[in-house]
Amino acid sequence: MPIIDALLDDFFWRALIGGLGVALVAGPLGCFVVWRRMAYFGDTLAHSALLGIALSFLISVPLNLGVIVTCVVLSLVLVVFQRSRALATDTLLGILAHSALAIGLVALSFMPDVRFDLTGLLFGDLLAMSRTDLLWIYGGALVILGLLAVFWRGLLMSTIHEELARVEGLSVETLRLVLMLMFSIVIAVAMKIVGVLLITALLIIPAATARRLAGNPEHMVALAIGFGCVAVTGGLSMSWFLDTPAGPSVVVTAFCAFLLVYGSARRAPA
Amino acid sequence: MNDSLASLQQLTVAFDKRVVVDRVDLTVSRGDIITVIGPNGAGKTTLIKAILGLQKATRGSIVLKPGLTLGYVPQYLSLEPTLPLSVRRFMLLSGQKLTACREALAKTGVAHLLDASVHHLSGGEKQRLLLARALARKPDLLVLDEPAQGVDINGQAALYDLIRNLRDELNCGVLMVSHDLHLVMAATDKVICLNQHICCSGYPADISHDPAFIETFGQPVAESLAVYHHRHNHSHDLHGDVVDRGHHKHHSHATDDSHQGCDHAHH
Repeated sequence: MPIIDALLDDFFWRALIGGLGVALVAGPLGCFVVWRRMAYFGDTLAHSALLGIALSFLISVPLNLGVIVTCVVLSLVLVVFQRSRALATDTLLGILAHSALAIGLVALSFMPDVRFDLTGLLFGDLLAMSRTDLLWIYGGALVILGLLAVFWRGLLMSTIHEELARVEGLSVETLRLVLMLMFSIVIAVAMKIVGVLLITALLIIPAATARRLAGNPEHMVALAIGFGCVAVTGGLSMSWFLDTPAGPSVVVTAFCAFLLVYGSARRAPA
Repeated sequence: MNDSLASLQQLTVAFDKRVVVDRVDLTVSRGDIITVIGPNGAGKTTLIKAILGLQKATRGSIVLKPGLTLGYVPQYLSLEPTLPLSVRRFMLLSGQKLTACREALAKTGVAHLLDASVHHLSGGEKQRLLLARALARKPDLLVLDEPAQGVDINGQAALYDLIRNLRDELNCGVLMVSHDLHLVMAATDKVICLNQHICCSGYPADISHDPAFIETFGQPVAESLAVYHHRHNHSHDLHGDVVDRGHHKHHSHATDDSHQGCDHAHH
């Protein structure tokens, strides 16, 4: 049945094109997650995406927008709490991550009219990629790449040495907000492909793989994008042919690339 | 004075209610090398962070000369090993031109490391790199936090020499923090002894006799510094010795013993 085949192909290609768009921005942001040791922070934001989804249903706004806003608000809350130093950061992140996830799940259970695929949200869904999602992904990618281009030196410098950056006149607070905004966008758009629970893996694994081969920061970003694309292509193909869940397949592929690179490359060049 | 680069008036920094820097008055001028010394937790780092704008003052004022360029050499360059970075790239991130970066690296004697990875540098090389990075910006005021940490003794002396030379060459002001008293005493114009408040300040040779200094650092330290200076200035020693004995009547006998030991060393 050629018509159905073409239609299914369409699903697959849509997912793939979307996935590559996500890998394009997950590369540079993943590097920042690794450099700034923000893995747990990324995880917390990703978990809160579910809360964002519930809120979006509640007040009828586009899911992506709801997620971005929720993530931005949560990162601001985090910054405020961190300042007060009442709790260690990882404790704070643990509390917020799982509370946000739990509140999201509870809130969704109060909306019996809303039909949604929880597994898809948590672990990604190959078939869920719509044309609107593609627009969101590439729109978001454009914003992120623009922000990166403008703030690159400052972001890098404040990552290397925050106090030095501040003495040299960079606005570290603004840069941190920019970074959080970018994270929120990438979580909102990556959610569809890999699911909220695995977004951090798509950020970290390609970047960590790239570290082994890279001699300077930009090189590492480029390689991370490359490994991200490999992971998305391999993972989605696997999902398509073997009928495995999309997100885990992408992460498994990324992990295989990681093992391959760490097994073959002797040590990092710099 | 129009040469004043930074002046602090009654600067106070408190965390919650704990006062860490207490009503400090201080002026740094062009050509000065001022070293802040003090025991752990004396507020040395907090003081310079306030001057650098990294720490808010609770009370008091900090006036920097308008258009002042600050050069900051942080205590220790702890680099994230996951971030690949060459010396060249680290220097260029200052926003200065490559020629300026090369010059600065040459001044601090690490020009040959331009293409090395920052992760492969030794402690001394890292400090020189940080110094070069501060110099590339052509600072009016150079602020260093424990510049000699992680550097061996010979390297430390060389580093302080370098700082003096750079001061002469750039005609900048230098403000540094250290707790390595011996080297500081040799390399500094003016010493400020901080223990929340400024407990004493002055020329290195004088300060080790100051009762406030002895109270802060304890007798043995003050004695060992006194020994250090005796070697440089014998006549001053004899003079100072008499003064010292006056002070020491309040203290233990061990003091006199060590002082005699010191005298013996000269004969």
